[in-house]
This record gives sequence, C-alpha cells and structure tokens, in this order.
Amino acid sequence: MANILMLALSAILIENFVFVKFYGICPFLGVSQKVETAVGMGLAVTFTMTIASALTWPVYHFILVPLELEYLETIAFILLIACLVQFIEMFLQKSIPSLYSALGIYLPLITTNCAVLGVALLNVQEGFNFIESTVYGFAAGLGFLLAIFLLALIRERIEFARIPKSFRGVPIALIAGGLLALAFSGLRISL
Amino acid sequence: MSEKKPPSVKEIFRDGLLDRNPIFVQLLGMCSTLAISTSVLNGIGMGLSVTFVLILSNLFISVFRKAIPSKIRIASYIVIIAGFVTVVDMLLQAFIPSLASSLGLFIPLIVVNCLILARAESFASRHGPLPSLVDGLAMGLGYTVALVIISAIRELLGNGTLLGIRVLPDAYSPAVLVISPVGGFLILGALIALVEWIRRLQRKKKEG
Repeated sequence: MANILMLALSAILIENFVFVKFYGICPFLGVSQKVETAVGMGLAVTFTMTIASALTWPVYHFILVPLELEYLETIAFILLIACLVQFIEMFLQKSIPSLYSALGIYLPLITTNCAVLGVALLNVQEGFNFIESTVYGFAAGLGFLLAIFLLALIRERIEFARIPKSFRGVPIALIAGGLLALAFSGLRISL
Repeated sequence: MSEKKPPSVKEIFRDGLLDRNPIFVQLLGMCSTLAISTSVLNGIGMGLSVTFVLILSNLFISVFRKAIPSKIRIASYIVIIAGFVTVVDMLLQAFIPSLASSLGLFIPLIVVNCLILARAESFASRHGPLPSLVDGLAMGLGYTVALVIISAIRELLGNGTLLGIRVLPDAYSPAVLVISPVGGFLILGALIALVEWIRRLQRKKKEG
C-alpha cells in the first residue's frame, strides 16, 4: 500500500509527466491559454489515462503475451486508445452533455496525446501489475492536470504583460514552462 | 478530398526546411523535440527515424487515399503510421541498440507525433504519391535540421562536446542545466522567438 502511494506521489510531483518526462507537451502548450479549458483538458486526459492503463494491461498480458505478439504493443495500444476516446466521446454526449460540450473539441485530440500512449507503454516496460498500472495512470494524469493548470494560471497573467512581440504565444509559454520545471526539479533534490 | 495541383519540388523543399519548418514555424512534434535533444547523435537518430516513417506513411496514404473512407481516415492513418513505427523500432533495436536505448519510449511515441498525422491529413490525402513522397522527405529533413540545431546548442553548452567529441576547452565548466529538462524548455522557447523575430524582419522588408 505504502509502495503504491509512493508510486503515485512520485508520478505527480517528482517524475512529473510534463516537466521531467516530456509527455503531453502539445496540449500543454496548445490548450493552456485559459484556466477553465486547461482544467477541462487535464481532467479529460486524467480520465483517459486511468482507463487506458486499466485496459491495456489485460490486453498485453492476456492477449499479446500468450500469442507472442509483444512487438505489436504500439499498434494494439494506439488502436485501443483511439477506440476508447471515441467511446468516451459518445458516452459523454449521451449521458453528461454539459461536460461533453465543455470538453467537446479537446476529446479527439486526446488520441494523439503522447502521455496516454506513453503511460500504457511505460506500464509494460516497468512491469507493473494491474493495480500499480491503474494507479500509475491516474497519478500521471493528475501530474499532467497540475502542470497544465499551473501553466494556464501563469499564461492568464502574461496576457497583460508587455513582453517582446517575438516572445508572444508559444515562446513565452515555453519559458514559463521551463521555470515551472525548475521549481519541480527542486522537489527532486530535497526529497 | 479535393485534388490539388502539386507544388513544385523546389517549393516543397523550401516549405519543409524554411518557410513551414515543422519545429520552428509549425510547432509540431514538441514532445520528442524537448526530450531527446540532449545530444546531436540523438537528434540525428530521432530526425532520421521520423523522416523514414514520414516518407513511407505519406507514400502509403497517398496511394490509398481514394480507398480510405473519409469517416475513418484518421484511425486508418494512425494504424498505417503505427505499422511503420514498429518497423523502425525493431530495426533500431536490432542494428543500433545503443541509439534505441537512449531514445527509449520516444521511438514508439513517433506514432503520436503530430507532424506525421498533420502531413498525412494536409498533404498526402490530397496529392499524388510522388509529391507526397517528396513532401515526406522535405518535412522530415526540416525536422532533422531543427533537431540538430537544438541538440547541438544543448550538447555544446551542457557538456562541452559535439557528437561526443570535446570541442570547448577543459577550462569551460559545462552548464548542466542546459541538458536538464529546464534547459530544453528555455532554449526551445528562445529559438522559436528568434525565428519569429527574423520572420518579422523579413516581412517588414518585403512591405518596404
């Protein structure tokens, strides 16, 4: 139990998916202009990463391993993730339309978020069991949510700052992301 | 998909290397750019892997563009791309295991590199096989050149070496921060701003 808690905590803070592992940079830069949408995207990604981790584990261990098709993991996982995202989209549209309209445009983007495929492949590489995989997926998603939320907070303030024209948009977001990463690396040293 | 008149080879190369450079102008494929640009060798390896996948996926998708139903085209593209990525992954593990281990998960993650899907959707699905192949080559080379520039700066400042060979005098104590994730963010941000500044100067010149 303590092990799993440590695993989760380290995935959120110390080995943060965005700042340390560089997964999910595209949505991190692309959807972080406003706090509201950033949080929406973060929640959707966390949700997808948790379910994707829980689903890819049995697919790998009960289908690919017995058939000795481990080398097809990338293809199998990305297909599974694409179907999962499609399914989540349809489910939300039918049952929680308010959340669906809030996340609407970001949902299809999640398929090509490398954090989702990344966590599925990492679970296999690290040899996690089912519970560890699911918890790791959830925690890594929370780490992404934290990162995109913090960057969106900063970018909302930057909107009003007089920065050089060439730095507007993505460059200043990258610089702000770098400073956040610096802060997060401090956590790693002190622990 | 409406068929468009293919641009000339020269235009395609100009687009890929300069005007619409995947990293500096289109800002695509940032994850792998930031993660693996710690040494020039990694940059070249990643760039060429992406180029290989991009050429083949562009060619393949262009050949089958009329057979793929438009409703499930994105899923079809992803499966085609994932197939070629698996090929690259296995080739690297078999022949250059050291590179495969230093690039790690970012080789399989080429599947979700937005650059490849973007070229499939915006070029290969609207043009014939030959221009699509050239476009894959040009965009891939543009990606590689940009990666090499970023990783050369990071390796030189952070390690004092280029391609593993000591370039700066021993008196230079390397700025390790540049190799760390923090340096990746800061240097890429500064480089994109620099490119934007040059582009703005050019535009001003054109307007007189």
